[in-house]
Amino acid sequence: MIEVKSLYKSFEDKEVLKDINSVFENGKTNLIIGQSGSGKTVLMKCIVGLFRPTGGEVLYDGRDLVTMNKQEWKMLRREMGMIFQSAALFDSMTVLENVMFPLDMFSRDNYADRVKRARFCLDRVNLLEAQQKYPDEISGGMQKRVAIARAIALNPKYLFCDEPNSGLDPKTSLVIDELIHDITVEFNMTTIINTHDMNSVMGIGENILYIYEGRKEWQGSKDQIMSSTNERLNSFIFASDLFRKVKEANK
Amino acid sequence: MLLTKSVATFGRYLMLMRRTFSRPERMRMFFKQYIKEMSQQGVDSIGIVLLISFFIGAVICIQIKLNIESPWMPKFVTGYTTREIMLLEFSSSIMCLILAGKVGSNIASEIGTMRVTQQIDALEIMGVNSANYLILPKVLGMMTMMPVLVCFSIFSGFVGAYATAVIGHIITIDDLTLGLQHEFNEWYVWMGFIKSVFFAFVITSVSAFYGYTVEGGSVEVGKASTNSVVSSSVLILFSDVLLTQLLS
Repeated sequence: MIEVKSLYKSFEDKEVLKDINSVFENGKTNLIIGQSGSGKTVLMKCIVGLFRPTGGEVLYDGRDLVTMNKQEWKMLRREMGMIFQSAALFDSMTVLENVMFPLDMFSRDNYADRVKRARFCLDRVNLLEAQQKYPDEISGGMQKRVAIARAIALNPKYLFCDEPNSGLDPKTSLVIDELIHDITVEFNMTTIINTHDMNSVMGIGENILYIYEGRKEWQGSKDQIMSSTNERLNSFIFASDLFRKVKEANK
Repeated sequence: MLLTKSVATFGRYLMLMRRTFSRPERMRMFFKQYIKEMSQQGVDSIGIVLLISFFIGAVICIQIKLNIESPWMPKFVTGYTTREIMLLEFSSSIMCLILAGKVGSNIASEIGTMRVTQQIDALEIMGVNSANYLILPKVLGMMTMMPVLVCFSIFSGFVGAYATAVIGHIITIDDLTLGLQHEFNEWYVWMGFIKSVFFAFVITSVSAFYGYTVEGGSVEVGKASTNSVVSSSVLILFSDVLLTQLLS
């Protein structure tokens, strides 16, 4: 479980995050949504430690990220997996080498066991046949799946996804969403997904945090979103005709 | 303003170097990268070093022969001067300036692209010291290979000089050989090695710094690549003066 308490983040004079309080639960897909520039990427970066919060706490199962020493921080990072918007695969390495990288760096297993684990992860995302290809030889959706395989290679407790569906067609987006959801449940991870894809919200949004201008505006599940009376949330979620019609049909 | 900015940049460079020169997480991975970088930065540069040095050796020989020819001047002077120029300046300093263009831009654009495509962020999230993993093998790999490149350059320059004797008949082989051997001072070779190792550090660390600190997109990567070549070239020229004074 990850808990964020009174989180603030400023850049020079600009306050980007203001008093964010939230709990991201274990074994659930936790979504952070909001308009572009609302601060959701900054919040994600504060949670993973790429930005140091100006104030507040980020608790990983009770351990505060902000006050951790270097060694504790190093150990915590080995419990994290992250999927970036651009997949961020190492383009000088093959798909298999990409997945093996965290194992080569941190695992004490022998080479055969490391290869076995990497192949298991690739098989889990149905990409075993592409193991010898380079990232630029596979599609965007496949790259995201490789990124998922790499993120779960060390069996992390916490999985972070920064706009995992960005640049993907709706069908591939669904595959990625389902994969992230299934992996979260299977490995009992705390997964936080930063997205503005409404299909993801309606599909896998078990716990949704809506950020508006750097503040927590609303939190709930995908079922609660339909009956929400929050105007800002409604104008964001039901901006498209399709979702407005779905809501009306539900009524 | 400019001074403040320069001091701030130098401070950030030192901080990056502090992160770079720490103990690698996994020695096995470090050596793998180290060998790869020696091949990529060093072995892949042998061709251009041989080519340029051959022609420069030949041109120096022709220019010296044509411009200082005099009845008062011993015939071995052409070979002697060619050797001194190759050993003291060309194969160490000028060759490093050329390599700053090839290797420096390669390093800055490679690391810069990794930065803008979030590959460096991915390393950091995994708990890898990205500066150490990416930069240290490049710096040490190039520092190892640079003296080897200097050797190739000196050898190729002399072959170029001999080519003017054999093909162009500018000078006799005996006169050239006598000149190349005349009052040979071994220290000049070591001086070239010492200078080249220092320049290798400048090229790789400065280029890596520009690449690592890129913010933005492809345009910024291009700018970083250009800035890295300009800065390392200026630093090489400046430090060449100091090192020559110190080592002579």
